[in-house]
Amino acid sequence: MRLIMHNMLTCNIKGVINKSPLRIEAEKVIKKEVDFNPDFLRHMLAKIEWKALVDGARSMGYTELPVHAPGIESDEPFLRKFHHALLELNLEEGSLVCQESGRKFPVNKGVPNMLLHEKEV
Amino acid sequence: MKLKQLEGLLGGLKQFYNPKVELEQYPTGPHIASRMLFTAENSYGDITDKVVADFGCGCGTLSAAASLLDAACVIGFDIDPQSLETATLNAEELEVEIDFVQCDVTKLELKGQIVDTVVMNPPFGTRKKGADMEFLSAAMKVASQAVYSLHKTSTREHIKRAALRDFNAKSAEVICELRYDLPKLYKFHKRKEVDIAVDLWRFEPRQN
Repeated sequence: MRLIMHNMLTCNIKGVINKSPLRIEAEKVIKKEVDFNPDFLRHMLAKIEWKALVDGARSMGYTELPVHAPGIESDEPFLRKFHHALLELNLEEGSLVCQESGRKFPVNKGVPNMLLHEKEV
Repeated sequence: MKLKQLEGLLGGLKQFYNPKVELEQYPTGPHIASRMLFTAENSYGDITDKVVADFGCGCGTLSAAASLLDAACVIGFDIDPQSLETATLNAEELEVEIDFVQCDVTKLELKGQIVDTVVMNPPFGTRKKGADMEFLSAAMKVASQAVYSLHKTSTREHIKRAALRDFNAKSAEVICELRYDLPKLYKFHKRKEVDIAVDLWRFEPRQN
């Protein structure tokens, strides 16, 4: 699971109001290199929830992202960090935790299991 | 990448080793999958450099096609862990990056406008009535640019009406009609092979 995907995931348990972001408990993280695409990254900057990305990256051991995204001009050094956090950090084993209910969604072999139990729907 | 090359690569993928009839698990053949994604990119620019979600990805055929056509990010969603296992192996074989999520897409809530395009070969609703509409509704909530989906030609008017009236579609077009050849996959199948007329749809959601 990469942070680009984590940024869109929410907890859909019935009754939960604070559905996202899910807190990451990382047990195994691997890095996989991906081609750098600055146009795509600039395009994504407007769509990504920044705090969720920074916190997510920290949980996976990457602390280089600035607390605030740059305003208008995003230079290459920043984009490289953004690229690495968004696309190259892979959570292989761990959990995604709903901040409100405490429910843990397990991540095994990189695949989060977001299936709910009957009572939760 | 040329169409023939894409079709060839998709033809080498592993398929369901334990297909579940109640989920309507049928492989999306390389002929349909390659044409679907090739059209999405060449006629509409909806794949290359885009974030693409594959709803009900099964063994990941459409996801693999999107990756091979240089989507910036591909995410496959499916409820069945065994299919996701096969999909993961297929991605490794092709050396493409695809993220997978185990979930029920009809119950999923995704935040934001990150997904550009949803591609899918959803259940037709032959086992769980209305499954095709549930998938379409879910896809229209997630895609910010376009949804590509396969539905039986016999449901054409119904789909168009529902998409425009209920699922927030700005447009709903049948791009082409295809023949979906289903091999004898389950014990109850009497004929060796059967041919179903399906429509390839392109839906555009209204901006949220």
